[in-house]
Amino acid sequence: MHVPVLKQGEYLIASIQSALSDPDLIQLRDDLAKRVGQYRSRGVIIDVTVLDIIDSFATRTLRAIAHMLKLRGAETVIVGIQPDVAFAMVQLGLTLEGVGTALDLEEGLAYLNRHPMRKVRHEQ
Amino acid sequence: MNNETRIPIQRSEDIVTARELARGMARTAGFNGSDLTLIATAISEVTRNIVEHAKHGELVLALVCNGSKRGIVIVARDEGPGIADVPQAMQYGYSSRNGLGVGLPGARWLMDEFEIDSRIGKGTIVTMRKWVG
Amino acid sequence: MIKLKNKRLGTTRPMTSTDNAVSVTEHDSSDTSAAMLRELVAHLRQNRTQLREEWARRITHAELLTAMTDQEIFSEATSVYDNYVEVLETGNVEALQAYARNLSERIIPRGVQTNEVVGIVLLLRDVLARSLFKKYQTDFDLLNRVLDAYEPAANRIANTVAVSFVQERERVIRQQQEAIRELSTPVLQVRERLLILPIIGVIDSQRARQLTEQLLRGIRTNRAKVVVVDITGVPTIDSTVANHLVQTVEASRLMGASVIVTGLSAEIAQTLVTIGVELSKVNAVGDLQGGIEEAERLLGYKVILSEEAPLMEPKS
Repeated sequence: MHVPVLKQGEYLIASIQSALSDPDLIQLRDDLAKRVGQYRSRGVIIDVTVLDIIDSFATRTLRAIAHMLKLRGAETVIVGIQPDVAFAMVQLGLTLEGVGTALDLEEGLAYLNRHPMRKVRHEQ
Repeated sequence: MNNETRIPIQRSEDIVTARELARGMARTAGFNGSDLTLIATAISEVTRNIVEHAKHGELVLALVCNGSKRGIVIVARDEGPGIADVPQAMQYGYSSRNGLGVGLPGARWLMDEFEIDSRIGKGTIVTMRKWVG
Repeated sequence: MIKLKNKRLGTTRPMTSTDNAVSVTEHDSSDTSAAMLRELVAHLRQNRTQLREEWARRITHAELLTAMTDQEIFSEATSVYDNYVEVLETGNVEALQAYARNLSERIIPRGVQTNEVVGIVLLLRDVLARSLFKKYQTDFDLLNRVLDAYEPAANRIANTVAVSFVQERERVIRQQQEAIRELSTPVLQVRERLLILPIIGVIDSQRARQLTEQLLRGIRTNRAKVVVVDITGVPTIDSTVANHLVQTVEASRLMGASVIVTGLSAEIAQTLVTIGVELSKVNAVGDLQGGIEEAERLLGYKVILSEEAPLMEPKS
């Protein structure tokens, strides 16, 4: 299932529409890598409101996406994690450490506004 | 209450199939929304282990009664390489460092009952139960 | 590979066969049994009216179902009787299970107890058995064969109805408990985007989990950015609950909210350290008042950096 990616100014918004298989997540990663480079986006919002499960693979992949996008100059924020999903994730010890999180799209945009991505010469 | 469902696990698509089927069954047993997510996530983890390490295996789901308690039993079996040191694999830190994901220890925390039987070269059987309420 | 023991899933007993086995030579026992059941079912249908009345009389005499009116008892008695006979005929309890659950849903709010439900089903079993004795009293052998067919079926029915009732009752009790727990631990919204969760008393694992779920749903509903969890009223916590606390902080963060814990007593802080909780992960402030001020500071700080929202005045 393809994930639509919209451009909103300097940001990209990826809205997940349905349950994602493993190849779908990989596809999303590659899509975002390409477009961030193409549009020189400074921030990416991944909206997971629709997902009723986020397991270890999804968590690893989201972290990998955030890390990769940071190398390409974009800050990532995951929005829309549902209460049940958040609860299951912490029970499993999945923390999305190093990735920004916000409640929804509106908060996600506010987050990106507060955490502007500076162009850095060296990776920390 | 003998409805037993068997799902062959081979490709990553089967992981999604398995957890959706399990979610449906668990819903009919009367589990609430939060438990449905826990069950589906536990299943996602153990079937993922099968796909990644054993290449293929099987998931068996059944609703159970114990007196007036209702619940679900989940058996994940494969004929993969087996796990050398089960207690070690059941620790979070070890699992995540060695690519076993958080499948086994994670699933154990999510479910009420958990048994694992693994033999080198023979395979692994994971049996889990969760009760309503 | 170690084979998994073939566990019997469920508590139902095997049903006497009702197959219409076509026997070529002499009859086998399952054929007799099937024929017996058919005769039995026919008898019960023919005598439906008086058997049902006898049963209703016995129910009243035993002072069961006092919460229901005579008409109600009669109407339910009719349904139960017909379902009973149908199970005897088909061997299929599913319709009975569905009816029993439905009946339970209706009568539990009226205060009907388990002993009443089990009681009336056993009374029906007795009424029907007596009528069989009466009919076949001249032929002892035949009576025995009829009872051989009847008893396992009748017992299975009683079991099915009782279990369905109890399951429904337990479901209702769980719902009520859940509602009580929710009422006793409100999640309060005191400022915009700020929630307070005061926890009072000793918390066990189940309550801790329920609090977490309530809080997370509250974050979504109120679009909270900061949550103050006050545990001033909690004397002690064990390691399980302490872990729940840390998990609550982490789950809230996944939903974009930060958590401030207030009222952490010295003992609880010591418990947390002993079990290895990284206190640096927990933003702890002395008391509730301080926690709210810290929360406002966090919210104010965030608001200042954004262009549209107004500045918040620092609390004096």
